[in-house]
This record gives sequence, C-alpha cells and structure tokens, in this order.
Amino acid sequence: MKSRPTVMFVLSLYLCFAATNVWAGNIAIKGSTTVLPIAQKIAEIYMKQNPDVKISISGGGSGNGIKALIDGSTDIANSSRFIKSKEVKLAVEKGTYPVPFAVAYDCIVPVVHPSNPIENLTLAQLRTIYKGEIKNWKQLGGHDRPVVVISRDTSSGTYEVWHKIAMENERVFPGALLQASNGAIVQAVSTNKNAIGYIGIGYMEPSVKALMVDQIKGSEETTLNGTYPISRPLYMFTAGWPERGTLKFINFVVHPQKGQRHVADAGFVPLY
Amino acid sequence: MKKKNPSGKGRLRRERGIHLFFFSVAFASITVLGLILVFLFMEGIPIFKDVSFKDFLFGKYWYPTDDPPDFGIFPLVIASISVTALSSLISIPLGVMTAVYLAECASYRVREWVKPAVELLAALPSVVIGFFGMVVVAPFLQDVLDIPTGLNLFNASLMLAFMSIPTICSISEDAIFSVPKELKEASMSLGATHWETIWRVILPASISGVCTAVILGMSRAIGETMVVLMVAGGATMIPTSIFDPVRPMPAGIAAEMAEAPFRGDHYHALFATGIILFLFTMLFNLAADYISNKYRQVGSATL
Repeated sequence: MKSRPTVMFVLSLYLCFAATNVWAGNIAIKGSTTVLPIAQKIAEIYMKQNPDVKISISGGGSGNGIKALIDGSTDIANSSRFIKSKEVKLAVEKGTYPVPFAVAYDCIVPVVHPSNPIENLTLAQLRTIYKGEIKNWKQLGGHDRPVVVISRDTSSGTYEVWHKIAMENERVFPGALLQASNGAIVQAVSTNKNAIGYIGIGYMEPSVKALMVDQIKGSEETTLNGTYPISRPLYMFTAGWPERGTLKFINFVVHPQKGQRHVADAGFVPLY
Repeated sequence: MKKKNPSGKGRLRRERGIHLFFFSVAFASITVLGLILVFLFMEGIPIFKDVSFKDFLFGKYWYPTDDPPDFGIFPLVIASISVTALSSLISIPLGVMTAVYLAECASYRVREWVKPAVELLAALPSVVIGFFGMVVVAPFLQDVLDIPTGLNLFNASLMLAFMSIPTICSISEDAIFSVPKELKEASMSLGATHWETIWRVILPASISGVCTAVILGMSRAIGETMVVLMVAGGATMIPTSIFDPVRPMPAGIAAEMAEAPFRGDHYHALFATGIILFLFTMLFNLAADYISNKYRQVGSATL
C-alpha cells in the first residue's frame, strides 16, 4: 500500500520531466554545409549552457535543409542563399511560412596558387576569366601559363553568389572545372600553378593566395561596410515565427555577445 | 502412406514452410529493387514534360540553375563513355594478361600469394583511390606532361582502371584456370609451344568467362562515382583531348543532388540522368549475360 503513492510520485515526476524535455525541446538543424560550422560552434556552447536541450545538426546543402523544413523534419534550416520563390510556394501549399534570420556574412574570395604574381583583379576581369575568354595569365600581366578555371557545382550556394555577383548572371563557360566543396577547391588550387578558384573566407588557407577584387581586400571590415563586392548574408530559416526552444536558440545565435562572438571563430563574418 | 510414416506430415509442413520462407525473402529483396526502379522512373520522367528526350540526351549545354535553364546531358554522356573506354583500354590488357600469367605461368606458390593480393585491391575504397588521384597523380601529370590541369579524363581513366583490374583479373583467372587439363595436354602433345597453347587453345576456350569479366569491369567503371567526382575535373564540355577535364554522369548527379530544389526541374533532370546511367549499366550486364550464355564451354566437346 505504501509503495503506490511513491510509484505515482515517481511517475508524475517522470511525466513532468518528459514534458519539460518536450518544451525545452530537441532542436533539429539541417542544411547548408557553409552554415554548418557556425551552427555547430554555437550549438555546442548553447548545449553546454542549457544541458536539457539537445541539438542535432546535419548538412546536406541549403536545398535539402529547406526541403526538410517544408516536410517538417527539421526545426531550423541553414541556408547560404535566400529561399527561392518556388520553395516558398511549396511551403505555403503545405501550410507553413518560412521565416529568415540572417546569422552571419560570408565573404567569397578568389584564390590562386601562391606562386601566381597577380594581386588584384577587377570584377570585369574575373567575369572574362570565368567566361573562358582569357586563356593565358600573360593577358592579365602574369606568367606565360594557361588559365585553369575552377568553379563550384551549379547548385551550391557559393556558386549562386558567384554567378549573381561576379558573373552578373552570365554563364560560367563549360570548360571550367567543377569541385563539390570549398575544401576541394583549396586542394585543387594549391596543387595547380595555373588555377583560379573561389572560396568562402572561412576556408582560407595559407596554401592558396587570396586576390583583391577591385583593389579591395576581402575581410570582415570590407564585408560589413559593404565595400567588398562578393559577399552574402547566411540564413537560418524556421517554419513560421519560432517558438519556445527554437526561439530561444535563434535569439542566442543572433545575440552580439553570445552567438555572434563565435561566428568569427568558425571563420565567418559576424553581423556586428 | 501417411500412416506408415507418422512424421511425414510434419516434415512436409516444415518443407513447405521453408519453401515459403525462402520465397518471401527472395520476393522481398526483388520487390525493394523493383520499387527503387519505379521511384527512379517516377522522379525522372517529369523532366520530359519541359524538355524533349532528344534535347535532353543530345543537348550540349548543362546549366540547370540558370533562368531559363538548359538541360543537355550530351557532354556528360560523352564523358562517361570516353572515361569508360579509355579505362578499358588500360585495364583489359593488364587484367587479362595478369590473369593469364597467374593461371598459366605462375608457380603454385606465387599464385596463392598474388591472387588474393590482386583481389585485395578491389577492397580499396573508391574514395581512397580518388584521393590518391587528386593529391598524387594530378600534380605529377601536371608537372611531367606540362598540361594545364592534372584533373582530367586521363587521370580519371587511370584511377578507374585500377579499380576494374581486380574484377577483370580475378574473374578471367577463374575462367582460364578452369579450362580442362586435357585441352592443354592435347595441344602440347601436338607440338604446340606454351604460348601457342595459351593463344590458340586456352584463351578461346575461356573466352566467355573473360568477356564476362571485361564487361563487369567496365560496368564498374561507368557506374563509379567518387573517383570521377574527385579526379575527372568536372567540366561539362565535350572533350577534344584526353587531357581535358570532363564530368561523367555519376559525378554530375553526386555533385548537384544535395542542393537541387526538391521536386524541381533540376531534381527531375538529375534523376533522368540516373535513368540514362541505369540503361547503360543494364546494357552492360545484359551483354555480359548474353555472352556468358552464348559462348559457354561445356567440357572440351564444344571447342
């Protein structure tokens, strides 16, 4: 007889605990591999401060993240591009409205092999290179070597920004090599004296040399004051205005003294 | 009869049960494969509402994210075919000759050591071969041949050849080794040299097995994804030399699938590319099946 109230007590305690767990929530984040290191870094710190919250993060690309958000299989979709109108339409059809939060800036830098003497290219020059019209570095004042143009796969967010800003929506010529990630571009450029590629500033390594664009060096400062031309905001999307745990996490991410402090650690440009 | 053998009914039931069990296992796995196939076609066919089949297969430009987009996979198809052809040119002679050596010339002890070693090569993960091609072979080709980039058709073919040699060698070796002894003895006793015996008797006798090996090796090369994604360069152009960068179909699908908008045109186009790729590999497998049936050797009588 004595044991029954105890059991009830434990049971109700457990239920309470389970309930708070649901409220505090497990947050699922999915999407862009560019935003992944930011989300990982901030989530790690957030979970340390809120041990009852579990955040699971996976990559898969901006498109897949937004896809998962629309399906309802993730709470937050990371995206390195703004949502497309087709995706908004699909989301609205399924009864959700995606809300964007800018969480950081990315700055895309053209890179060449360290032995390349060129320091600066104009946006117009970059465009002619990527249109395949410049075949030799001599034409730009460099060594007498062929130009090997390296681009990203056409569906990556990095390509999209490059295509929009550097190429002004003109096509990268078919002879451009394709690499499927920032890391692969660094790898390919660092092993080829003729190569030119472009990467997010977070992936900058000493094995490749960053070029100035229109005499402006890609950096945190030039990104935030808007002078560096090839930069973009990075987003987290939620389905509708976030609630409870997700709201708390998003607020943490965009807070200047909390989440934003760690954006730079991940190699990106913080909002403030 | 039932009365004579009291356990007969039980045994019969068990037998039937086992029958049913194996049938359902086989049925399940075939159903799953069938459903994947249905899914592939369901996701791929819708692209042909926007692009005609001819424009899709023979279109020269692949700009899936532009507005308006171009969905022409001809450069990808050509890339797949040329990479497979070039890698076969390398892997078939090497694979078959290794098999002849192992089956005919090598001593028992060498054979026992070398054959497992060659088969072990097949266990190398493709990403490791791809990484090797990217980090070691590409810079080497660039420096030695003085070409603009080492990530090209030739490098990819070389790496794919490494991958298909174990398949070709191992299966052909089995075929060559299983040629009946009396054929060889008869040939030798008629005064033929060892080389003449290999060339005129043993190879023709094992041709069906060798052909199957070659085609299986080629279908491994055409379907391989990681290696071509890493070392083929990925340019969507029709190659004019073997040192041009190319993008075979699997590399195109792997590179773009992750970020293609769900159920968008691009997504459907990638699945349609998958259909074309599937048709290619199926053709290879059907050919292998046909050849192994048609030229099957039954003992020494049919030579």
